[in-house]
Amino acid sequence: MAPVIESVNISKKFGNITALYDVSFEVNVNEIFGFIGPDGSGKTTLFRIIATLLLPDSGSMKVLGLDSVSGFKSLRREIGYMPGRFSLYQDLTVEENLKFYATVFGASVEENYYLIADIYSHIEPFRKRLAGNLSGGMKQKLALSCALIHKPKLLILDEPTTGVDAVSRTEFWAMLERLKEYGISVIVSTPYMDEAMRCSRVALIQNGRILSVDAPLKIRDSFSRRLFRIRAGDKYSLINALRKYPETVTAFPFGDSVHTTFKGDSYDNSLSEYLIKCGLTDVTIQETKAGIEDRFLELMENSDQKNTDQIF
Amino acid sequence: MRRYFGFVKKEFLHIFRDFRTLIIIFGIPAAQILIFGYAVRTDIKNAGIAVLDLSRDEITKRLTGKILSSGFFRKTEDLYSYKDIDRVFKKGSTKAVIVFEEGFGRNLMREGEAGVNIIADGSEPNSATLVTNYLQAIVNSFNLELGRTGTASAALIVPEVKMLYNPNLESQFMFVPGVITLILILICALMTSVTITREKEFGTMEVLLVSPLKPIQIILGKVTPYFFLSVFNVIMILLLSWLVFGLPVKGSYVLLLAVSMLYILMALSAGILISTVSTTMQQAIFISLIGMMLPTVLLSGFIFPIENMPKIYNYLSAVMPPRYFIVIIKNIMIKGTGFGFVWKETLILLAMTVLFISLSLRKFKIRLQ
Repeated sequence: MAPVIESVNISKKFGNITALYDVSFEVNVNEIFGFIGPDGSGKTTLFRIIATLLLPDSGSMKVLGLDSVSGFKSLRREIGYMPGRFSLYQDLTVEENLKFYATVFGASVEENYYLIADIYSHIEPFRKRLAGNLSGGMKQKLALSCALIHKPKLLILDEPTTGVDAVSRTEFWAMLERLKEYGISVIVSTPYMDEAMRCSRVALIQNGRILSVDAPLKIRDSFSRRLFRIRAGDKYSLINALRKYPETVTAFPFGDSVHTTFKGDSYDNSLSEYLIKCGLTDVTIQETKAGIEDRFLELMENSDQKNTDQIF
Repeated sequence: MRRYFGFVKKEFLHIFRDFRTLIIIFGIPAAQILIFGYAVRTDIKNAGIAVLDLSRDEITKRLTGKILSSGFFRKTEDLYSYKDIDRVFKKGSTKAVIVFEEGFGRNLMREGEAGVNIIADGSEPNSATLVTNYLQAIVNSFNLELGRTGTASAALIVPEVKMLYNPNLESQFMFVPGVITLILILICALMTSVTITREKEFGTMEVLLVSPLKPIQIILGKVTPYFFLSVFNVIMILLLSWLVFGLPVKGSYVLLLAVSMLYILMALSAGILISTVSTTMQQAIFISLIGMMLPTVLLSGFIFPIENMPKIYNYLSAVMPPRYFIVIIKNIMIKGTGFGFVWKETLILLAMTVLFISLSLRKFKIRLQ
């Protein structure tokens, strides 16, 4: 089957700022394709080009076999788009929003209800409530329902779970996984690494360039060094101390610990002595398995040494 | 078609759910009619005058009585010396002082001539002019009376002025057409430009653009509710001015409504045009108010006669659509003329409407940039 999205050397500039630089990738049918990258890495711009909302400066973007520039009219019937910002009518009720979007896309709520039933059933008890008065999680569930109600072939979700509670996020993703059964492909951007693990494939994107595209497990396993998890009473001093330590390659904060790699992939007693000398207490050092985030940071470090600091 | 109706329904929901929108659509027209009709007047009623009667004879008393019984004036106080004049003006409620010279009656009898001095408060030029004109008119007619009864040999030629169409120069005749013109610009241009830019600002336009809706469907869907509400408004204003001020429509109602609808369409398309060039609601409000409302008030001939303006303003006013509508609506409402007399203005409005619509369709962005 032909890919759902075929992006070839897409570039986009806003004034002097290059938002996307030669972006190429393919998304296959029934995939949940994830984009992971820091704010300002170009995810939203890329999604808007896919959704026919922006014109690329160069390169070609084929979506569902149609050119996203010349075929935008037909394409707009086939895609469901959920922008990063909540963009439903706050002064309309839940039900009115859903009906409006169904009508606009020439569908009806009844015929496609089965698609959204899992998630809409959570907000249905509040169907007479104004959308503006919903909680963050419910707003996103409604927005997803509205983007799905016309049964699109491709669903474009720009950070759909940002600001959503953990339970709602799990429900949200369970539903995305079920969309495969109906032949709906999904592209989604997320800042959460645990969500990246639920994608079929993930693209790591930074400064408008794609660093790597692969299945999340493969990305994780391609971490090139042994990784150590180091904890101490004062995390901030610990990072500073580790970054000054001559044998350190990288030291990144990770939850309550610091993920660290060393030259030669090992450490000796001089490390603990050094850390104690720096005034740190309760130091524990453990080897750990790299996560997708560690690999991402490693790739970023390699790809662009200069820009890493300003992002983190 | 189903898409279009779905859109119109959504727009009506927006309007009826927003208290502020409802106030603007229904409250402001009624308030403006009443404010303009009652408060802003170019005719006078019960203006305060003070009398400095240095003569105190039969004739000055009669003339004073005639002035006060006219209904236009009321006496604020009697003065006894010239020095009081300044004081009474400073108090503020007195618009003019009438001074009868010493021996007014005697002079009139003997010499056929007597001096009456009208002193008005020039710090308010408009009301001063009005008050002195009215007072002069009363003095003139008194003159005539005296001549007729033979009290004085007043061989006077007094011109009799008659105001056609609006015999009492009632200001409502002037203001109701003006208010209709203003209200329609306000509701149509301001409200449509705001509701479209609101979608841009709230990000909902992004989703609408990705939908299969065509630009014309979005535009028509936005415009339809405001069209009906504006027509309703015209009817409401006419009804209100008839009930409260007894203002009749002399010409054809059908013609009046038809040209009003054309004007509404013009204002709506201007509103859409504004929304296509502005990205935020604030910008849209600013352009609508400065670009449409202000010129309507100042340059349309609503308050200040265009003929008296310097040439440059005259040209500026020629590109203001309200200017033509005011001419049309005044002709129909007050003079009762038919379409034959206003076809030129109607044609200009029609041309402007077509221009605005085609410009906004061209400028409507089908993408975000």
